[in-house]
Amino acid sequence: MARSGDIVVGTVDLAMAHDGTAPLVIKALHEMGNRKVWDPQKIVLVIDHVAPSASEGSSTLQKEIREFASHQGIEIYDVGSGICHQLLPEMGYVKPSYLIVGADSHTCTYGALGALSTGIGSTDMAAVFSSGQLWFKVPETLDFNIEGNLPAFVTAKDVILNIIGEVKADGATYKAVKFRGSVVARMSVSARMTLCNMAVEMGAKTGFVEPDERTFAYLQPRVHGPIEPLTSDPDAEYEEVRTFEVNELEPQIACPHQVDNVKPVREVEGIEIDQVFLGSCTNGRLEDLEAAAQILEGRRVKRDVRMIIVPASREVCVQAMKRGLIEAFIEAGCVICNPGCGPCLGAHQGVLAPGEVCISTSNRNFMGRMGCAEASIYLASPYTAAASAVAGKITDPRSLEDRP
Amino acid sequence: MTESTIRGKVWVFGNDVNTDQIIPGKYKFRIIDICELAKHAMEGVDRDFSKRVSRNDIIVAGKNFGCGSSREHAPLVLKQLGIGAVVASSFARIFYRNAINIGLPIVECKEIAGKVHEGSFLEIDLENGAIRDLDSSQQFKMKPLPSFLLQILKDGGLVEHFKKHGGLIWQNV
Repeated sequence: MARSGDIVVGTVDLAMAHDGTAPLVIKALHEMGNRKVWDPQKIVLVIDHVAPSASEGSSTLQKEIREFASHQGIEIYDVGSGICHQLLPEMGYVKPSYLIVGADSHTCTYGALGALSTGIGSTDMAAVFSSGQLWFKVPETLDFNIEGNLPAFVTAKDVILNIIGEVKADGATYKAVKFRGSVVARMSVSARMTLCNMAVEMGAKTGFVEPDERTFAYLQPRVHGPIEPLTSDPDAEYEEVRTFEVNELEPQIACPHQVDNVKPVREVEGIEIDQVFLGSCTNGRLEDLEAAAQILEGRRVKRDVRMIIVPASREVCVQAMKRGLIEAFIEAGCVICNPGCGPCLGAHQGVLAPGEVCISTSNRNFMGRMGCAEASIYLASPYTAAASAVAGKITDPRSLEDRP
Repeated sequence: MTESTIRGKVWVFGNDVNTDQIIPGKYKFRIIDICELAKHAMEGVDRDFSKRVSRNDIIVAGKNFGCGSSREHAPLVLKQLGIGAVVASSFARIFYRNAINIGLPIVECKEIAGKVHEGSFLEIDLENGAIRDLDSSQQFKMKPLPSFLLQILKDGGLVEHFKKHGGLIWQNV
C-alpha cells in the first residue's frame, strides 16, 4: 500500500487537454517520434479557452488540434461545447475512483465526483498520451469539515473563498483536500464542483468529496457501466483535521491581486465597477445562473456597467434558455456569450482596460489575468456579482435596495 | 545536457509569483514562436526583465513560485531567456513538474529567501545539493531532487530523456 510521500506510477483512466495546452502536447509527441496515443478512447480534447478564436495565432493552433484529434481518432469538443471541466462530468467521462489528469490546473474539479483528478503540464501529458502512465507523489491529506447552516445568499463560493483566505495560497501545496461535513452533504454536485475547483488556489493537488446519493443521482444518467462506491479508509491518516463553521459566514470577496486576499464583501462595499463576469469552471453552472437571475429579477444592470454571462456548457445554456433565464438576462441588460471560458483568462470576450474594475465569479484575480496589468479583479459569488451589477458598485447581496 | 554546476547572477523576486506574471495568458494563446513569447517573460513583475537578463542568470524567489495555471510556457520562456536555475523557498506543484520536464533546473531552498542580494553571484551544485553565494561566501542547503528527476533534468528534459533512452524513466521506478 502506498503511503504519503511515496513516488508511485499510476495508470491513468482519463486524460484531457485544451486549446491552451494541447499544442505543446502535440509538439512534444512529435519530437518523441510522432507517437500514436496509448488509447484514444481515454483522451478528450476541448477547445474552450479562446473559443471561437480571436486571432490568427489561436486559429492556427486550434486547426492543429483538430487535425491531431482526427488523425489519432480522439474525441474533440469544439467551439461552443463548453468548458472542459463542465463537459467531462456532464458527458459521463468522470467516475468515482478514476485517476484523471488534465493539462489544466483546475482539473481538481472532478474530485467533487469522487475522482482523483489533478492538473499537469503539457510534457507530462505527452508522456501520458504515449504511455497511459505517469509518476505521482502520494499526497498528504487535509480533512476540512464544514459544519452548520449556510445563511441566505451565502454559497459554496463564499465557503471556499473563506477557506482559502485562512489557509492561504500555498497552504495546501502538494496536498489533497477532502471536504466533508453537514454543509457538504447538503450541497449539490454543482456546489461541490465549486469547492473542489478552487482547491488548486491553495496549492492543492486535488479536492475531494466522498461520493454519496447526490453523486450517484448526478452520474447515473450520464455514465456507462457500473458506478462503484468509494469511501475513505476508516483508519485513514490526515495531516490536519480542521472544522469550518458557516453559521455566521458572510458573503466573501477575494480582493486584488491574490486569491487569498479575502474579506467580507461588506468591507469593500461601494467600490465602483466597470465589468461583471458571471461564468467559468467555478461558477458558470445552471444554479449559478439561477442565483444571478434571482437577484436580477425586476432589476436592471446599472448603466455604464457591462455584465457578461458565459454559460459553462451547451447543456447549461440550453437549460437556462428553457427556464427563461437567457431572455431575462438579456432584458436586464446583460451580454450573453457562447459557452466556454469567456474573459476569465484575458484573451477575449471582455478584456479589461487600464484602471478598470471587474467583479468576477471565476477563480483567479492575479494582476493581468483578465488581459490588463493595470486593471483590478475581485472574485465573488454569483449573488454578489449580480447585486454589484445592479448597484454599479461592489455590493453585499443582502444589502441590495428593494426593487423599484 | 544540463550541467550539474550552475553559476550566475541573481535576480530577486518575492512570494507567490504566479504564472500570469511569468507569462500573461493573453500572449500564450496567440504567439506560437517561443522566442517572441519570451520577450514577455516576467512582464507581470518586471516589465523589462527579458531585456535586462543575461544567460545563466538565476532567479531567487520566496514561497509558492509558479502558482496558478498549468501553462508550460511559464518555465519555457524562462529557459528561452537562458535562466540557469530558479531557486525558491517552495514551488507550486505543476510548475515544479513542468520545469523539470522542459529541462529548467529548479532548486527548493527554504533558507535562502532574503539572504542573497540582487546582482550577487550564486553557484549551485545540483548533484550535491549545495548553493554558495560567491560574493558573501554564505552556503545554503537545498532539498535534493529525487534521483530520477535529476536524471531527467540532466538529459535536458523529458522529451530529450525519452529520445535518449527510448522510454520513460519511471517505468522502472
